[in-house]
Amino acid sequence: MFTATVTLSLLAILFGLILGYAAVRFKIDSDPVVDQIDAILPQTQCGQCSYPGCHPYAEAISNGEADINRCPPGGEATIQALADLLGVDPKPLDPEAGEVKPEKLVAIIDEQTCIGCTLCIQACPVDAILGAAKQMHTIIESECTGCELCLPPCPVDCILMVPVKQSANHWKWPFPQPSAGLNEGGNL
Amino acid sequence: MNKINRKLWKYHGGLHLEEHKSISTGQQSALLPLPKRLTIPMQQHIGEAAHPIVDVGDKVLKGEMIAEASGKVSAPIHAPTSGTIVEIAALPVPHPSELNVLTIVLESDGQDQWCERYPIENYRHASSEQLRERIHDAGIVGLGGAGFPSYIKLNPGQHFAIETLILNGAECEPYITCDDQLMRERPEAILNGARIMRHALHAKRCIIAIEDNKPDAFSALNNALSQSGQNDIELVMVPTLYPTGGERQLIKVLTGKEPPSQGRTLDIGIICHNVATAAAVADAIIDGTPLISRIVTITGEAISTPQNIIAPVGAPIEELLDFAGRESGVNTQLIMGGPMMGVSLSNTNLPIVKTSNCFLLQPAEPTKPESPCIRCGECARVCPAELLPQQLYWHSRAKEFEKVQEYNLFDCIECGCCSWVCPSNIPLVHYYRFAKTEVWAQEREKEGANIARRRHEFRLERQEKVEREKAERMRKKKAMLKDKEGAKDDTAKKAAIQAAMDRAKAKREANQVDSTISASDSQPKSEL
Amino acid sequence: MKSLISSPYTHGSSSLQQVMMQVVFALIPAIGVYFALFGWGILTNIVLSIIFCLGFETIIMWLRRRPIKSALFDGSALVTAILLAITIPPLSPWWIIFIGSLAAIVFAKQLYGGLGFNPFNPAMVGFVVLLISFPKEMTQWLAPIGAEGNGMGLLHSLQIVFGSTGIDALSGATPLDVIKTGIRMGETINTIIAGNPTFGQLSGSGWEWINLAILIGGIWMLWRKTIRWQVPVAMLGSLAAIASLFYLIDPEHYASPLFHLFGGGAFLGAFFIATDPVSGATSTKGRIIFGIGAGLLTYIIRSWGGFPDGIAFSILLMNMAAPMIDYYTQPKVFGQKG
Repeated sequence: MFTATVTLSLLAILFGLILGYAAVRFKIDSDPVVDQIDAILPQTQCGQCSYPGCHPYAEAISNGEADINRCPPGGEATIQALADLLGVDPKPLDPEAGEVKPEKLVAIIDEQTCIGCTLCIQACPVDAILGAAKQMHTIIESECTGCELCLPPCPVDCILMVPVKQSANHWKWPFPQPSAGLNEGGNL
Repeated sequence: MNKINRKLWKYHGGLHLEEHKSISTGQQSALLPLPKRLTIPMQQHIGEAAHPIVDVGDKVLKGEMIAEASGKVSAPIHAPTSGTIVEIAALPVPHPSELNVLTIVLESDGQDQWCERYPIENYRHASSEQLRERIHDAGIVGLGGAGFPSYIKLNPGQHFAIETLILNGAECEPYITCDDQLMRERPEAILNGARIMRHALHAKRCIIAIEDNKPDAFSALNNALSQSGQNDIELVMVPTLYPTGGERQLIKVLTGKEPPSQGRTLDIGIICHNVATAAAVADAIIDGTPLISRIVTITGEAISTPQNIIAPVGAPIEELLDFAGRESGVNTQLIMGGPMMGVSLSNTNLPIVKTSNCFLLQPAEPTKPESPCIRCGECARVCPAELLPQQLYWHSRAKEFEKVQEYNLFDCIECGCCSWVCPSNIPLVHYYRFAKTEVWAQEREKEGANIARRRHEFRLERQEKVEREKAERMRKKKAMLKDKEGAKDDTAKKAAIQAAMDRAKAKREANQVDSTISASDSQPKSEL
Repeated sequence: MKSLISSPYTHGSSSLQQVMMQVVFALIPAIGVYFALFGWGILTNIVLSIIFCLGFETIIMWLRRRPIKSALFDGSALVTAILLAITIPPLSPWWIIFIGSLAAIVFAKQLYGGLGFNPFNPAMVGFVVLLISFPKEMTQWLAPIGAEGNGMGLLHSLQIVFGSTGIDALSGATPLDVIKTGIRMGETINTIIAGNPTFGQLSGSGWEWINLAILIGGIWMLWRKTIRWQVPVAMLGSLAAIASLFYLIDPEHYASPLFHLFGGGAFLGAFFIATDPVSGATSTKGRIIFGIGAGLLTYIIRSWGGFPDGIAFSILLMNMAAPMIDYYTQPKVFGQKG
C-alpha cells in the first residue's frame, strides 16, 4: 500500500515535471487571440455588430462579451472561421445585426446633388471620401468597404449604394451545376 | 539538315486524342473580306486593360495606336484598318463570363490605308532594350492562347542567363491548325522572329518543336532554314501526345528538365514562345507592323469548309463562320479554342481577339450525367502535372480552399485530361477553375480587408491626435487665463514669474547667438 | 442565362456503367464453371442476390431522395450482388442471401453515403457478416462434382433454398478448411491430401477449375484496362512469396504456394475485390502496398488465424488502411522533384 502510494506519487511528479518542461521548451508563440479574430473579420468597420469597428468587436468576442454571429458583411464564412478558431459551434447570423447582402456594394456620390457639407467624410471609417467644405465630394471606389456609415449623415441623400462593377479579370467561375445522377439531393 | 536524332524525354500522363486536324488544312489560308465594323476590346491580354487614346469621331489609319498599355503587364492596341472611331463603350468580350469590357468600335472606310511604319533595318545592330520596346509598342502578346505580353518574356533580367529559347509549334489540341498553317505558309517569318527573339534574349540556342503529326510544317521550316543558309536553329519533331504543347510539358520533352512547381521556366534558363508570336515579332521588327490581325482556324463538324482565315482583330466571329460556311439546320455549340481547353460562347457576334486561335462549331450534344467519383485513379494516371485530381475535386467540392492548395491546385494547367478519362463524367476542370477563381477572390478580399484595417487604424490614430491636440490647447488656454487672474492679486508671484521670464529671455538670447539651428528646431515644437 | 459549362467539351468513351459491366462479363466464365460443378445452387444464389441488392439499393435511394434510376443502372449494385453470391455456398437458404445483401448494400454501402463513399468493399462486408454470424451455413459447401453428381435439379434446388427440404449429406468443407482442420489434428499436409477426394491436381478438385476461370476473367480485365496490374500482381506475388518461404522451410505443415493461389479465394480477391477502387488505395505505389498487405495478411490468417480463408478479412483490413496508404504515397508533383 505504502509502496504503491509512493510510486504513484513519484510517477505523478515525474510526469508533471516532464509536462512542465515540455510546456516551456516547446512553447508556441501565437498571435493574441484578438488579432486572430480581427484577421478573420472583413474590416468593413460598419458597426452593424454594435461595436465601433472590427477591432472592438474582436476584443468583445475574445472577452466573451459578444457572440460570433454578429457580422453581416462577413456572413456565413466569417462565422464558420470564427467558430473554427474559437472551437465553438457555428450559429446562424444574428438577425438583429442585419442581413447578408447578396452582393458586395460600394457607395457612390451623386455629384450633382452633393452640397459639400463634409459630414460623410467625417463618417467614413476608412477615409475613402475625398473633398473639402463647399466642394463636391467623391468616393475612392477601391477603398470603399460598403459599410453604409456615410448614408445617414448626408443631409441631401446624395449617396447611393451600387454593386461593385464586375470585371473579366476578377470574374469567378460558378460552382459546377450538379447534373442528373449526382448525389446532390432533391432531384429525384 | 537538322533532322538529327536527339534524345527526347517523356512526361507523366497525357492522352492520345483523335486529331481532326486534316479537315482544316486542305487549303491556303484565306483573307477575310474587310468587315465594316470592328469591335476592339481593350482587354485582349493577361494584365491591365489598355487605355484608349482616341475619341469618338477620330479618324485613324491602319496600324495607328488607339489604346496605350497601362502598367507593366499590359499591351497597347492598334487600329486593324483605317476608318473612324464610332463608339467607345463597354461591350461583351469572348471570355467565359461574356462580361462587358471597354471596347473601341471602328468603322472601316474601306481604304485600308496604312500609317507610317518604322521598321528596324537590321535587328542584329539593335539592343535588347530597343527590340523589347518595339515589341511592346507593337502590342504583341502570346498568341498560343494565354495572351501574356511578350516583351516581358523577352526580359529575363540580369540574374538569369537564358540557355534555350523554345518556339512552341507543337499545337497538340485537336482541331486547331492555325500554327500548322502558319508554319507551312510563313516559315521565313517564324525563323526571323526566332532569330530576333534569340538576339534579344542572348539565348545560347534556339529550338523549334513541332509534333510529328505536322510533317508538312516541319519540311517547310526545314526548307526555309536551309535556304537561309544559316544553321542556327534546331528543328525538333516531338511525338504527338496531348498536352505536349503545354509549356512545361514541352520543356520536359525537349530538355528533360522540369520547371519548378509554381515557378517560372526562367528559373531553369528556358524561355518558351509560340511560333505565331515569333512571326508577329518578325513583322513588328522587320516591317514595323503592329499586331492587328491573326490567323484563325474555323473548324468543326458544323462548318461546311473548315479552314484557316487571316482576320483583323475585332472582326465579328459570325463573319468568319459565315465565310467558312455553316451547316444549316443543326443546333450548334460554339467553342473558342480547342475542345479540350476552349471556352464555350453563347454569342457569335463577339469579336475575335489577339488570342483567338480557333473557333470550333460543333453540333450541340446533351451533357452526359455525372456519377459519383469511384476513386479509380485514371485521372491521376493521365495528369501531366502529376497531381491527384480526385483529391483536388474532393476538396474543391467541399470548398476547402486551403486543402486544395496543399494538393497543388495552382500547378494544374487545366488541360482537361482528367475530365476526359473520368468514367463518372465529373466536370473536374470546372471544379478546379471554380476553386482557383475563388482562392484569388479570397486573396483579393483579404488584401482589401488589410488595406481597410490600415486605413481605419490610421484614421483612429489621426482622430486621437486631433483630440489630444485639442485637449492640449484647451489646457494651455485655461492655464493662461488662470495666470492672468492670479497676476492681479498676487504681486509677489508676478515678480517671480517676471524674474523667471527674464532669465529665460537671457538664456534664449544666448542660445540664439550660439546656434540658430536649435532655435529653429524648437520653433515648431512650441507651436504644438 | 446560359448554364456555364467548362472545358473539355469532349469525353473519352469510358463510363461507370461500362466499367461495371466489364467486371460482370469477366465473372461469366467463373459462373459457368461454378454452375457446372455445383449445379443450380449457384444460379439461385446469384438471382436472389441481384434481386435483394437492387431492391435494397432502390429502397435506400428512395428514402434518401436521390435519383434511383441512375444508381440502379450504374451497375455497382449488380457487381456487389454477383460477387456476394459467388462467395456464399450454393443452395444456401434465401435468408442467408437476404442478410448478406442487407449488410452489403444497406450497411456497408448506402449508410456511408452510397457509391464512392463506402470505406469497405460492400460484398466483402456482406460475406464477413454472414461468415461470423452463420458459420455453419457458410462453411457447408457442396462437393464440387457437378449438378448431376449432386443429383439436384432446379426444382429440388429451389426447395432447398426456400427451406422446404433439408440439405443432405453431400455437403462438405472447402479444401482450405480441410487442410486447416487436419493440421490442427496434428497431421501433415501429405497425409491430409493423400486419399482425400476433396483434392485435385493443384488444390481442391473442382476448385482449381473455378479459380482458373476467375484467373482468365481477371486477365481479361487487365487486358481491357478495367483494372490495373498493381493490386493483383502485388497481392498474388506476396502471397506466393510468403507461401514459398514457409513451404521451403517446412513442407510438412505449410501448403505449397500453388495450393495457396488456387485453393481459396485468392484470385477472386486479387482481381475482383481488392481492385475495387472505391475502398482501395488510389496511387500507383499505394496500390502495390495495398496488394502486398492484403497478400501477407491472407497468408497469416490462413496459416495461423481462426478462419480457413483470410481473403475477405485481409482486404477489409487493408481497406481500413487505404486512406493512410494514399496519404503517404502521394506522387511528387511535376516540378517538385529533385
